[in-house]
Amino acid sequence: MDSLAAPQDRLVEPLLSPRTQAQRRLKDVDKQYVGFATLPNQVHRKSVKKGFDFTLMVAGESGLGKSTLVHSLFLTDLYKERKLLSAEERISQTVEILKHTVDIEEKGVKLKLTIVDTPGFGDAPITDYVDQQFEQYFRDESGLNRKNIQDNRVHCCLYFISPFGHGLRPVDVGFMKALHEKVNIVPLIAKADCLVPGEIRKLKERIREEIDKFGIHVYQFPECDSDEDEDFKQQDRELKESAPFAVIGSNTVVEAKGQRVRGRLYPWGIVEGESRPGAQPLGGKAPVGRWPTHRPPLPAVENQAHCDFVKLRNMLIRTHMHDLKDVTCDVHYENYRAHCIQQMTSPTVWGPTVCGPTVSDPAVRVPTVRGPTVQPYHVRSYCVGSLVCQILLCRVSTCSAGLFSVGPWCGNVFEGLRAASLYLG
Amino acid sequence: MDPLRHSPSPSSSRASSPRTLSCERLGYVGIEAVLDQLKIKAMKMGFEFNIMVVGQSGLGKSTMVNTLFKSKIWKSTMPGLRVPMPQTLQLHSVTHVIEENGVKLKLTVTDTPGFGDQINNDKCWDPILGYINEQYERYLQEEILITRQRHIPDTRVHCCIYFVPPTGHCLRPLDLEFLQRLCRAVNVVPVIARADSLTIEEREAFRHRIQDDLKTHSIEVYPQKSFDEDVNDKILNSKIRERIPFAVVGADREHMVNGRCVLGRKMKWGIIEVENMAHCEFPLLRDLLIRSHLQDLKDITHNVHYENYRIIRLKESHALPQGPGWVNLAPAPPPAPTGTRASPGPAKMCRWAEDNSDEDF
Repeated sequence: MDSLAAPQDRLVEPLLSPRTQAQRRLKDVDKQYVGFATLPNQVHRKSVKKGFDFTLMVAGESGLGKSTLVHSLFLTDLYKERKLLSAEERISQTVEILKHTVDIEEKGVKLKLTIVDTPGFGDAPITDYVDQQFEQYFRDESGLNRKNIQDNRVHCCLYFISPFGHGLRPVDVGFMKALHEKVNIVPLIAKADCLVPGEIRKLKERIREEIDKFGIHVYQFPECDSDEDEDFKQQDRELKESAPFAVIGSNTVVEAKGQRVRGRLYPWGIVEGESRPGAQPLGGKAPVGRWPTHRPPLPAVENQAHCDFVKLRNMLIRTHMHDLKDVTCDVHYENYRAHCIQQMTSPTVWGPTVCGPTVSDPAVRVPTVRGPTVQPYHVRSYCVGSLVCQILLCRVSTCSAGLFSVGPWCGNVFEGLRAASLYLG
Repeated sequence: MDPLRHSPSPSSSRASSPRTLSCERLGYVGIEAVLDQLKIKAMKMGFEFNIMVVGQSGLGKSTMVNTLFKSKIWKSTMPGLRVPMPQTLQLHSVTHVIEENGVKLKLTVTDTPGFGDQINNDKCWDPILGYINEQYERYLQEEILITRQRHIPDTRVHCCIYFVPPTGHCLRPLDLEFLQRLCRAVNVVPVIARADSLTIEEREAFRHRIQDDLKTHSIEVYPQKSFDEDVNDKILNSKIRERIPFAVVGADREHMVNGRCVLGRKMKWGIIEVENMAHCEFPLLRDLLIRSHLQDLKDITHNVHYENYRIIRLKESHALPQGPGWVNLAPAPPPAPTGTRASPGPAKMCRWAEDNSDEDF
């Protein structure tokens, strides 16, 4: 397959000096080759230019190491100036959702990472936040000017389960059930360095059973194709069997084997928090700590036998990031959108809808609403702009601001959008 | 209290993103693997590409398509056979799935027999514009469904290859009218067809005259100057623009030249090799369409032409409702004939559709 630069060069060079290039063309071996096999590279080039974005939410009880884990995952120092609050301050503080955005660039690839932190607890503000992002996106997508839509939808939620309990607590179940239809939930067992391997195994089994029992839909890893090689299939199997991941995060830098790495220093050993520079990053065996004669073996965070940090990081970034985004766009967002539209067409909002004469133009189709919530009356095709107008009309009618009367809005969609944007800012 | 608080800049409004932090990092995270994930997904899904070929009969359109994709997409009609001339312009589409190195491409080629062949060719572009708009309409309808498909089938025309007959003079009024209208709706790549009847000097002179004509009438063919994203694109595309329209020869027969098997046309005075840059510019056309700018053609169709169409349709459907919640999607009007205007003036196009564009089709 052509390299990234080759199609461009081949186009440019002949344009520069046709005569000399003509001779080269005669020696062109790939006569039967059309050349659209470069398509993935063309897509690749555009993606590198555009960059990616990813929104990760971390949720769970305070003090379980959420912020620390984020550090370890993305090797960033987002919370340098964070001050821990005293008990009185915590009591008076309400739940606040904090967003941190960081641009990461590696080998020319840009990633705009947004971490949504939920320091307190309580699922209602978080559900609202997720819905707000969906709504914002729905509005942008339905609007007239669709350039540069910012995608702030939450692509993945890491939910931290306390290692000190015996499985899921009611508050965990409540939280996950509130969010499982809206966002991809990846449950984690936090602070796994306080559990021995046997306890970790038992806890994982317990949590898996309870997830099934309560009908919580956590993120499912996609099935790998039958034509993948054995190594990949083995890795995929191991990944599925280790869920929920038992993780340890660290954000202090310690000296280990003459190198500075992130780690946790205990009297009984050093937990290494990241791969040392030069270590094989993807797919290769994780570095195993050497056994110095005078010390017990060093439990390494990167060592897959000790904790699932590597599996989590590989899954989140290196193998499943795109799938997480796809499931958010294709499943959760579409569910939200369909639900939103169906709500708007429900008789309780608008009353019985008058159906006009059917247009015989074959280009205009009545949308089919699939599923049990199909409204009984005939729904004409929608102008998407009007959909947005209706959402906004909903808000105006329920809010007593009285800034606008509903009448003038029913007319021109464009005017409605303009007026609404003034109102909502 | 608004539970949403952006940190660390308290003055940021809801719409803008918070100040991004720079970070110090140790080690390798592995972000570039996301590109591989994207590639794998693209390979699995396959690609779609829709071309339309427009030109008078006998200019070698079907042969050109076969040569481009090295497959018998169309059965090219041999000269001399009695083929009934179509009385009106018809559009024929054929779809093939071709595969190369594991990459699947679903190719749809739309031919337009009868274009420009009548005595009176007035408004012969209407069916073509109608077809293009019909594909946009189809996509729009899929997009506004309540429960929509994960992957909307894309039948929109990504590229229209316009065959200019090798008269050697300049663009004819028919060509100008057609190009003016179509460049606003779709990516148009003009080519000088059957260039084996022109010498190199005649070719260059013809090309320059065509370029002048296009400039005079403000017709922006692909690659459009206004859509160059960055400096590299500009440099590359301006080199391409210097050579547009390409002078091409199509052939689907193979001949032996110096012990090699080449595609070409065998004349008494020599063999015209299609893949030979010294003979014709077919390799440039192929590289442009397939090897380097295929994705770009699709992107511009999706981000610019389709968005323009969508805005016009949204603005049209604002008929007064019978009651709250009743909305009427006005039937798509037939392409409004703008033939009364002698020169429509510079086409208002920008990389991203603006919502104040008010040109009707």
